[in-house]
Amino acid sequence: MTTRSSSSPESSLGLRLDVRHLSTSFTTDEGVIPSVADVSFSIRPGKTTALVGESGSGKSVTSLTLMRLLPRTAATQVAGQALYTNAKGDTVDLLQLPEAAMRAIRGNEIAMIFQEPMTSLNPVFTIGEQIAESLRLHKKLDRAAALAEARRMLELVEIPAAAQRVGEYPHQLSGGMRQRVMIALAMACGPRLLIADEPTTALDVTIQAQILQLMGRLQTETGMSMLFITHNLGVVAHHADDVAVMYSGRIVESAPVRGLFAQPRHPYTQGLLACLPSQQRKRAASNEAREGPIGPRRLFAIRGQVSSPLSPPPGCAFEPRCDQAISGCQSAMPGLRLDDDGRSARCILTPQSVSEVS
Amino acid sequence: MKLPLSLKKMFRRRIVLVAAVCLLVVVLVSLFAHVVTAYDPNDTAVSERLSRPSAAHILGTDELGRDLLARIAFGGRYSLTIAALAATGSIVIGTLFGLVAGFFRRLDAPISRVVDAMMSFPDILLAIALVAILGPSMLNVVFALVLVYTPRVARVVRASTLVVRELLFVEAARAVGVSTFRILWRHILPNLMSPILVQASFIFAYAILAEAALSFLGVGVPPDIPTWGTMVAGSQQYAHQALWIVLFPGVAIIITALSLQLLGDGIRDLLDPRLKKSM
Repeated sequence: MTTRSSSSPESSLGLRLDVRHLSTSFTTDEGVIPSVADVSFSIRPGKTTALVGESGSGKSVTSLTLMRLLPRTAATQVAGQALYTNAKGDTVDLLQLPEAAMRAIRGNEIAMIFQEPMTSLNPVFTIGEQIAESLRLHKKLDRAAALAEARRMLELVEIPAAAQRVGEYPHQLSGGMRQRVMIALAMACGPRLLIADEPTTALDVTIQAQILQLMGRLQTETGMSMLFITHNLGVVAHHADDVAVMYSGRIVESAPVRGLFAQPRHPYTQGLLACLPSQQRKRAASNEAREGPIGPRRLFAIRGQVSSPLSPPPGCAFEPRCDQAISGCQSAMPGLRLDDDGRSARCILTPQSVSEVS
Repeated sequence: MKLPLSLKKMFRRRIVLVAAVCLLVVVLVSLFAHVVTAYDPNDTAVSERLSRPSAAHILGTDELGRDLLARIAFGGRYSLTIAALAATGSIVIGTLFGLVAGFFRRLDAPISRVVDAMMSFPDILLAIALVAILGPSMLNVVFALVLVYTPRVARVVRASTLVVRELLFVEAARAVGVSTFRILWRHILPNLMSPILVQASFIFAYAILAEAALSFLGVGVPPDIPTWGTMVAGSQQYAHQALWIVLFPGVAIIITALSLQLLGDGIRDLLDPRLKKSM
């Protein structure tokens, strides 16, 4: 995460993607639901920024907003900026681009992989044809050249017998293989930014590791940036460079990955980390050393539930579930407090040193 | 989807195989009518009128001494052509409207309301009214049948489009930068092929029956063109003397329509994953 105290819109400070004050809300029959509110984060060239949060925290809506893939029929309001520095070095605002220009970027400069490899491939086309479609669209290759390139991409994502697989249909492949195909599809045009929306959530643990390893390898080889959306903190610890934690549509803490895991500042992040079984083991071990053997170990869980977006608590969104809440928490949503070291947290308990944004 | 394999699966049900063979025979007889019979369907021979099925006239002759086999074979050409054109026309137009209504929410309500309105008329009544206004000719019958069956197709295609539209691969295609038109044409339409195919076979069957009914009622094809419908219509008053004149064209209608229905059932069972286990 890079600190941004200046607010000149054109300088993106050598970042590949600089998201500023992004808000997305849906108008429904029950009222306006702010799904994403005032989200700012950035992605450095060749680095991975992870967006972490539980279901419904707005991670996926953020990624879909950036790709401008929100259903056009849903009454959505989007505000803010998403400054993307393209291959030519120009900085464009993804949220303002005309649809045709956006289409030229999608799948070409910015690619996306989805959570469900079982349904994100079209059942009636061979996987080769699907990879080739992107190449024909953006690189203007002819059919034969595109299919040859598709085969090369399948080899790149380590699919055995690629020459044969290229003519197969999605139902003939396993889940792990399909996710590899999705990665091949995303990587086909050599994207500079890959948005991965929970790419391994639907896969077996053993396959997860392989897929993550593959994505890491491709990143080092191509120098692309990644926006990694997940709720799996273990994955974040191993594969991300920067982390932004989302809760109820807002970023509650953002920090470089080491700092976040070593010293979480927001109570929600602290809670999330405490939920990890490995943390539980550590804590139990130290307790036993201190107090002798105790009963069966229990996993830590953050109490309560996410509050409804239709009736948010008056102050901090996390206050009803927070064990450290003080009286001031209920009065107003705390701002994102920036620290000298480039970290920020949305909590009134964190020391405030530089300035308050939003 | 490999066709030979799925065909084998479909024909595992004996009745579907029988239907397919019957249909093939009907089509071949119509197509090679001049090989099947030496008679001209419109040659009259008053001396041989109302003769029973015999070696000379395998299915007998009608009230004007015309060979029934020749008339059924050549009439099949017209009946099948009319039904095929009606099915093709309504499938193409109905698919187009169904796709648009299912995909673009803004256009859904206007298209669906028109479809509902058209479907609220009884099929045959609408066709009768149309042919009565336009005048009896082969083309007008086709036109009327297309108008009657288009809403059915549109409704089925719209419903399927609503389902396919929400599948993740459509979003994935968008994320690759595919244009809306291409998504409709290349990604959604091929996934609708199974319901469309099933509809096509059913409409083909309905159209054969409807054409016969229209011709029987005298608002179909002009009587000088032999279709199965005009044959039954023209000869009905002789039915008590010579049952075969109405029996054989009627049997041709029944066999063809029934075969198409059974074949449609077979295709539907084959493509419907919920029924796969029972196969």
